Amino acid sequence: MATIVEPTIFELSAPGRRGVTMPASDVPETALPPQDLLRSELPLPELAEVDVVRHYMRLSKFNYNVDAGFYPLGSCTMKYNPKINEDTCRLPGFLYTHPLQPIETVQGNLVLMYEMQEWLKEISGFAGVTLQPAAGAQGEFSGVLMMRAYHKMRGDEKRIKMLIPDAAHGTNPASVGMLGMSVVTIPSDERGNVDLKALSAACDDTVVGMMLTNPNTLGMFDEHVEKVIELVHGCGGLMYGDGANLNALLGIVRPGDLGFDVMHFNLHKTFSVPHGGGGPGCGPVGVGPKLVDFLPAPLVGIIEEESEDVPPLYGFVTPKHSIGRMKAFHGHFGGGLVRAYTYIAMHGPDGLKDIAQYAVLNANYLQARLRDTYHIPFDRICMHEFVMEGQFEGSPIRALDISKRLMDYNFHPPTNYFPLIVHEALMIEPTETENKDTLDRFVEALIKIAEEAKTQPELLQNAPNDTLFGRMDEVKAARELVLCCWLPEDYEKIK
Amino acid sequence: MNTPTNLKYAQSDEWFDPANGAVGITDYAQNQLSDIVFVEILVEEGDSIEAGKPIASIESVKASSEIYAPASGKVSAVNKALADKPETLNSDPFGAGWMIKIEGSASDSLIDSTAYEAHCASRNH
Amino acid sequence: MTYIPISPHERDEMLKTVGVQTLDDLFEAIPQKHRFPELNLPPALSEMEAADLLGEMASSNENVREHMISFLGAGAYNHYIPSVIDHMLRRGEFYTAYTPYQPEISQGTLQAIFEFQALMSALTGMEVSNASHYDGATATAEALNLAYAQFRGKRKKVVLSPAVNPQYREVIRTYSQGLGVENVGDSASDSALSPEALLPLIDESTMLVVLQFPDFFGRIYDYTKIIEAAHAQGALVCVVANPTALIMLKTPGAMGADMVVGEAQPFGIPLWYGGPYLGFFTTKKSYVHKMAGRLVGETIDSRGQRSYVLTLTAREQHIKRERASSNICTNQGLLALACSIYMSALGQNGLRQVANLCYQKAHYAANELNKLAGFKVHFTEAFFHEFTLECPKPAHEVNQYLLENGIFGGYDLGQNYTALKNHLLIAVTEMNSKADIDALVAALKEM
Repeated sequence: MATIVEPTIFELSAPGRRGVTMPASDVPETALPPQDLLRSELPLPELAEVDVVRHYMRLSKFNYNVDAGFYPLGSCTMKYNPKINEDTCRLPGFLYTHPLQPIETVQGNLVLMYEMQEWLKEISGFAGVTLQPAAGAQGEFSGVLMMRAYHKMRGDEKRIKMLIPDAAHGTNPASVGMLGMSVVTIPSDERGNVDLKALSAACDDTVVGMMLTNPNTLGMFDEHVEKVIELVHGCGGLMYGDGANLNALLGIVRPGDLGFDVMHFNLHKTFSVPHGGGGPGCGPVGVGPKLVDFLPAPLVGIIEEESEDVPPLYGFVTPKHSIGRMKAFHGHFGGGLVRAYTYIAMHGPDGLKDIAQYAVLNANYLQARLRDTYHIPFDRICMHEFVMEGQFEGSPIRALDISKRLMDYNFHPPTNYFPLIVHEALMIEPTETENKDTLDRFVEALIKIAEEAKTQPELLQNAPNDTLFGRMDEVKAARELVLCCWLPEDYEKIK
Repeated sequence: MNTPTNLKYAQSDEWFDPANGAVGITDYAQNQLSDIVFVEILVEEGDSIEAGKPIASIESVKASSEIYAPASGKVSAVNKALADKPETLNSDPFGAGWMIKIEGSASDSLIDSTAYEAHCASRNH
Repeated sequence: MTYIPISPHERDEMLKTVGVQTLDDLFEAIPQKHRFPELNLPPALSEMEAADLLGEMASSNENVREHMISFLGAGAYNHYIPSVIDHMLRRGEFYTAYTPYQPEISQGTLQAIFEFQALMSALTGMEVSNASHYDGATATAEALNLAYAQFRGKRKKVVLSPAVNPQYREVIRTYSQGLGVENVGDSASDSALSPEALLPLIDESTMLVVLQFPDFFGRIYDYTKIIEAAHAQGALVCVVANPTALIMLKTPGAMGADMVVGEAQPFGIPLWYGGPYLGFFTTKKSYVHKMAGRLVGETIDSRGQRSYVLTLTAREQHIKRERASSNICTNQGLLALACSIYMSALGQNGLRQVANLCYQKAHYAANELNKLAGFKVHFTEAFFHEFTLECPKPAHEVNQYLLENGIFGGYDLGQNYTALKNHLLIAVTEMNSKADIDALVAALKEM
C-alpha cells in the first residue's frame, strides 16, 4: 500500500460536517420539479471551512513557485509576478461587471481593452489586435484561421501546406492539424537559423505560409529573418510569428516592422500574468494590414467619436470578413488584461526595453559562465534563453538526471528535451527578474552537478533526494489510469 | 534486439510475415517507443488498404507513432485483444503483438532481416 | 517602475563576463534599420499612480454588487464567492507556479487538479474529467474535436440544438472551419421547438448531437430518449450543462450522455467582465484517449508515496504535434482550484442551499412577473434559475427603461432569435433578494 502524504478532499470528508452556509430563503416556497428530473445523490465532500483551508495550505506547500525561488524554464518566461497586479485585477469594478452589461455601464473596462489593443499594436508594429484568444495556443489557432481565410477569400484554394521549422513548439503543427492542413518541416542550419536552401525549395504556390518563432527555441534571433520573410511572401505565403519569446524583443524590434503578418502574444509570459499552475493564459493576436479584416469578432472600437465635453463611446465592432468568435464573451479580461495593462502602464517605453535588455543579459551571463562545463551546440550571443546539452562524454547521466538533481539544490529545473533538435536538451531562460547572486548560485550548482556526474552518478540518477517526493512511476499512472478518486460504483465504499 | 529472419521489414519499423500476411511493429520500434499504453487500429476486417497508408496509431508514455501498411490488399483479420492489452506490443511484438493480417502483396520497398538490422544500427548513432 | 534586481555595477560586471561593452551590443543580430524603435506609449507610472489609474477605470463602471440590480445570466452568473477561496488563490505557491511538468515539486497543483477531476465527475455523473478548458464554449468545441477524432473524419454532421447558447454555437462554427463539418439544426426560427424536433436530423452520418441542460431558455428536459435515439444511429451526444443546476437535477450522465461539458464560472469565479472562466469537460472512460487537454493520474513515487502525474501526455500537442486532436496546452489551473475550493467549502449542504435558493427565487420572480398585465412566462416547461419572459414591447426597450431604474433586466433574446424579439431571458440567483425581485416587478408594472 502506498503511503498517503495528504488525503484527498474526499477522504477528509465526514458525513454531516458543515462548511460555508447560505442564508435562508426570503421568498415563498415553490414545489421542486418532478422527482424524475431530480438527482438522487450528490457524492461530494462534507467538510468544515478549517478542514478545507488546512488541506489546501498543505497542498500549496508541495509546490515550487516563482515567489519561492528561481524558475529558469526555457520558453516559459517565469518572471516575477508583481503584487500590485493582484490588487488591480480584484477591484470591485472589474470583478463584478457582467459581460453582457450595456456598454454605457462598462466604459472603464472598454477603455482599458481599447488602450490595450492600441498598446499591443504599438509594441509589436501591427495594424490590428484582438484580445479575445484565451491562451497562446488559441491565439495561434486564430492566426492560422485568418491565414486560411485570407487565401480562401482570394480564391487561392490550393494552398494547404504550412512551413514549420524543426525547432518549433508542438502547438504550431497542432494548430495546423486542427484545420486539416499539412506540415512541411524546415531544418535549421548550423548557426541555428532557418536553412534558407531548404526553405527556398519548399516555397511554392501551395504554401499557406510559415510559422516562425523568433527568437527561436534555441534562443537565437534568426540572422536572416528578413530573407526568410521575403521568400515566404515571394511565393504568396503569409508569415506567422510565434510570440512565445517576445520578452526578448520589447523595445528592441517590432515583428510587424520585420514583415510578419500575424503574431500571438502570451500575456502570461511577457507581461507578467501569473501562470497559475498551468493557466489561465491570455493570448491576444496582432495582424498586419492584409489580415485586419479577418480578425475574430468582436473587437473594441470607438462607436461615437468624442465631442467637446463628451468622451468617446467605446463598444464592440465586427471586422468585415471576421473568422468568427473564438470563445464566449470578450477574452480573459479580469485575470489577464487588467494585470498586463497594469504592468505595461508601470513600465512605459523605457521600462519595456529594460525588460528585454536584462532578460538577454541574464541569459548571456549564464551561457558565458556555463560554456566551459556544458556543451552548447549553438554557441553565439543568445537572446533571452539558450540550450545546452545535459550529457557528458562516456557518462550514463542524462538531462533528466541533471534536472532532478537541481531540485536538491532548491532550483526549478530548466525545460528538458526541447527543442527536439538538441540531444538531451536543457533549455534555460532566467528572465530579467533575477539578480546576479541567484544566477551565480545556479551556475555553481550546475558546475557541482557536472562534477557529481563523474564522481557520484547515482546521486543524480536517484535524485531528487532532498524533496518531499521522489521520482514518479509514470508508466503505472498511464497503465492503470486512475483519474478520479472515486467511481460511481465505488462511492459507497469511499464514504 | 530480436529480428526474425523469416519476416520482411519496412524502414518505418513494421514487419510483414509473407507466410500468413501478419503485420506488426518490430522489437526495435517497441523499444524506442518504450511503455506502450494505447493502440488504435484504424482499419477493419474487409477494408482494402494500400501499402504506406496508416493502419494504426500507438501512444506510449513518452511518444506517439503512426503505423503504416507494409503490404497492399484486403484486411483479413484484426487483433482486437491489443486494445485492452497494449503492453503486448512491448512484451511480444512478433507473436501475440501482431496487429492485422493482410491478404495481398508486400510492398516492393520491404527489406530482409540483415538489411533491417543494418538500418537500425545506422540510426543508433 | 521595473522589477529588475540588478545594480549598474553588477550589470557592468556581467557585461564583462559576456564579453560586450553595453547592453545594446547584445542585439547585433537584429536588422539595424528596425533596431530599437521609439515606442509611443504613455510614460512609466509608479505603483501608487498605477493603483490610482486602475482604481479610476474600475470605479467608472456600474457593477452588479454596488450599483445595479442584475438579472443577467445567459452564460455568466452572479453568485456569492466564499471568502476562503481568494485567500487560498492568493498564495504564491499556487498562482506563481507553472504547469506541473516536474511532479516531485508540483504535487500541490497535481493533487488539486486530480481532486478537481473527481469533483467534476461526481457533479456531472461521468467517469472522467480532464483538467479543464478555456471556457464553456471552447469545451463544447473540443467535444466536436473528440467526436471528429472518434469517427476519424468519416462522419461529418453535427446536430446543434438551437437552444444551445448562441455564442457556443458560433465558437463551434469557428473551430470546425477546416474540417469540412456540416453543422445543422439551429436555424433561428426553430427556437421554440422541443428537443424531439432534432430527431429527424440524426442519421448515420451524424457524429455528434449537442444539447444544453437547462437549455438556453432555461427549460429542463430529460434527454434520455433523444440520447438513446442518437446512440441508435451510432452518434455521440454532448450535453452542455450548468453546474449550479446539476446540484439539484438529474445528471446528463444518468441520461446517457457521452460528454458533459460546460462553464464552471458559477462555482467561485467572479464575473470579471467575461473571463477568464473555466470550461469543464467530462466523458466516459472509453473516450479518454480521444479527449483533449491535460489529465492527471494517480501513481506512486520512488519512496512508495501516493502521488500524481500528468498522464497520457502522448495525446497532446507537444508529442503528437500535427496529429493531435487539439492544440491546447494550458488548462485554467488556478480557476479549477477556485472551483474545487468552492465545492469543498460549501460541500453537499452549502451547494444544495445555493441551488435551492436559485430555484426558489427564480420561481418567485417568474410567478410575480407572470401576474403583470402584458407580461407572460413564455414556456410551460420546468425551469431552474433562468426563464424566458414575454414582454409587451421589444426587449431592448424594456431593458433601456429598466436601466434608467438601476436594473439590468435580462438578456435580449431578439438578438439571436427573430421570433423572440419581445423576450427577455431572466436569471435569478441567491444574490437577488426578494426586495430586488420586487423592485423589478414594481418597475415593470409602472412601465
